[in-house]
Amino acid sequence: MMQWALLAIGAPFTAFALIGAFPWIRRTGKGAAGLSIAAISLSLVSALFLLTRYLQHPEPQTLSYVFAPFSTVSPITFGILVDGLAVAMLVVVTVVAWVVQVYSLGYMSEESPSSLGRYYAYHSLFVTSMIGLVLSHNLLQTYVFWELVGACSYLLIGFWFYKPEAARAALKAFWVTRLGDVGFAIGVVLLWAAAGTFTFEGLFSAVEHGTLGGQLLTLGVLGLFVGAMGKSAQFPLHIWLPDAMEGPTPVSALIHAATMVAAGVFLMIRIHPLLAATPEVAFWVLQIGAFTAFLAATMALVERDVKRILAFSTISQLGYMMAAAGAGAHVAAFFHLFTHAFFKALLFLAAGSLIHAMHTNDIFRMGNLWKHMRWTGLYFLVGGLALSGVPPTAGFFSKDEILVGVWQTGEPLAIFFLFATVFLTAFYMFRAFFVVFFGDREAEGHPHESPGVMVGPMGILAILALVAGFFGHGLEGLLSHTLGVSEAAGETAHVPGSLPWIGSLLGLAGIALAYLGYQARTLDTRAVYTRFHPVATVLERRYFVDDLFLALYRYVYNLLSDFLGWFDRYVVDGVVNFLTWGTWQVARAVRTVQSGQVQDTLYAVVLGFLFLAYLAMRF
Amino acid sequence: MTLPHLLQVAFALISIGLFGLLARRHVIAVLLSIELMFNGVNLAILSVAWAYGGEPRGAVLVLFGIAITVAEVAVGLALFLLARRVRGTVVLDDLSTLSG
Repeated sequence: MMQWALLAIGAPFTAFALIGAFPWIRRTGKGAAGLSIAAISLSLVSALFLLTRYLQHPEPQTLSYVFAPFSTVSPITFGILVDGLAVAMLVVVTVVAWVVQVYSLGYMSEESPSSLGRYYAYHSLFVTSMIGLVLSHNLLQTYVFWELVGACSYLLIGFWFYKPEAARAALKAFWVTRLGDVGFAIGVVLLWAAAGTFTFEGLFSAVEHGTLGGQLLTLGVLGLFVGAMGKSAQFPLHIWLPDAMEGPTPVSALIHAATMVAAGVFLMIRIHPLLAATPEVAFWVLQIGAFTAFLAATMALVERDVKRILAFSTISQLGYMMAAAGAGAHVAAFFHLFTHAFFKALLFLAAGSLIHAMHTNDIFRMGNLWKHMRWTGLYFLVGGLALSGVPPTAGFFSKDEILVGVWQTGEPLAIFFLFATVFLTAFYMFRAFFVVFFGDREAEGHPHESPGVMVGPMGILAILALVAGFFGHGLEGLLSHTLGVSEAAGETAHVPGSLPWIGSLLGLAGIALAYLGYQARTLDTRAVYTRFHPVATVLERRYFVDDLFLALYRYVYNLLSDFLGWFDRYVVDGVVNFLTWGTWQVARAVRTVQSGQVQDTLYAVVLGFLFLAYLAMRF
Repeated sequence: MTLPHLLQVAFALISIGLFGLLARRHVIAVLLSIELMFNGVNLAILSVAWAYGGEPRGAVLVLFGIAITVAEVAVGLALFLLARRVRGTVVLDDLSTLSG
């Protein structure tokens, strides 16, 4: 079983190493792409094999090597943990990565061969890092791969680095997530200091036996959550994600569906016993998740860029997952991560297909594309329905589970945010859908359907987006060993049975409103926009959070830096300079003794002798 | 003539030699002053040996000392010759490369 896990991570890494190390492979372009796709296919096969094996023998297995032995504390190990959560996540990662890599063959066809080789090298490393993160059995290793994921997303968002916006977006993504990673690092160290181990198993048993607890545990888990906030784009560290749209669209699909942003949620699910032991942190995870879900959905209402609409929807859906993780509904959180990966990748790939055909991101410069791009439209519709939570698509089941989980916490604010977001999500998704594929505008240029290599992979995702919801029970069984579903089962009595209906009705209401506003035109959206212009401005400026960060940077960070620079220059350097100056002055005074005259030295010798002789006679 | 008288003469020789060593500027004069001090020391050793009943070991020591000193003077003169050739002077005031 373990060799399959090693194969899953080793294959893409080998592809990366080969493409990276041998420029002639990279320059072949298509050859590098083939190598990378072959590697990810191997990963996908081994992931599926692991899944079937695990379903037969649901026993978590660990493989660990001692990395740093210590005499006083338990050694630091590196290793692989194969359990239900890891296997399920592994399947998601490899499926989405496979689809994206195949799709990229079509999408990136205009790139030069060496650039294409570079693209696939990054892709392989990205997948390697994510698989490493998923299979990791301790926090330190998670942190290593976590950073690798961040570095790869930097490389891929800034893939078109000659575009200044792309270079800036890459830096922004890296910096903002790094900001969260500082919290992660502190959390890892704190937990290690408290429990003396990095392994999840060790940490969980320490919590269970009460040896790990109190403030140190709370702060440690809070640190990990801050790291997850950065990676999973939770308020207020969500600002990197909309800008990350500067990267190639398949990269966005990968980042949003399976690799980068999923890491934060995955971590929260992975450490669920720690989260359960710290209700204060779990409360904030719930609140921040719910708030982020709502906030991002409102920002998507006024967005014109099709990729950014999807970016905001990702932030919003990540908010759902976080809220579920905070509410203790880990299975629901993972279920949504699972279904979201498929329909969000599908939506992004469909958006990429649109952009590939239209060479613009602006939905208001597209229009009436349904007749030109039937497949893309169909896939977009499927993705949109799933995202809106319309039964019986995948999104309906997972979102419903989350709503049930959050309902049980009885937090009115979080519940309100999440239900309102269902409505908003459906509205902005179908606003985009109607504007792009129908409407009275004719698209500029000559739109055409994308090649089969792009449309084909999307079909797989579309099917998964439709049916993934029915895997819910299987997934629950798969995760039951790792996550324990008992706590949810006992309390379902409190949940009104109409909850799923409310959720889907809200979704349908959103779709209906979008239809009225952007298709039937019975509602004058322009008038609404003008009427609520101040609100729209706030939304378009994204609640000024970016400006807030900029102001913080300019007026707080820079002033602090100036002060520290002054301190360094005049106080720290001052002390050093004073010491050298003093030494120099003393030396200048003393050196005159050394006249270089041999007879002066002799005088000193004689006088010294006489002094010693005097002493000798005196005592 | 008693031991104190002899030692006083030896002290005078050493003192005169020391004065020359410290005060003269020409290396030959300095070398001569050192010889003078050396003679004073030899005289003191011989005087003590004489006062203790003609102890022969004193004379032996002084003879060895004279032989070694002659060799040292030869080395010293060679050094001064070299210094003269390299630096162009043997006046001590001008040989002050060790100045701080």
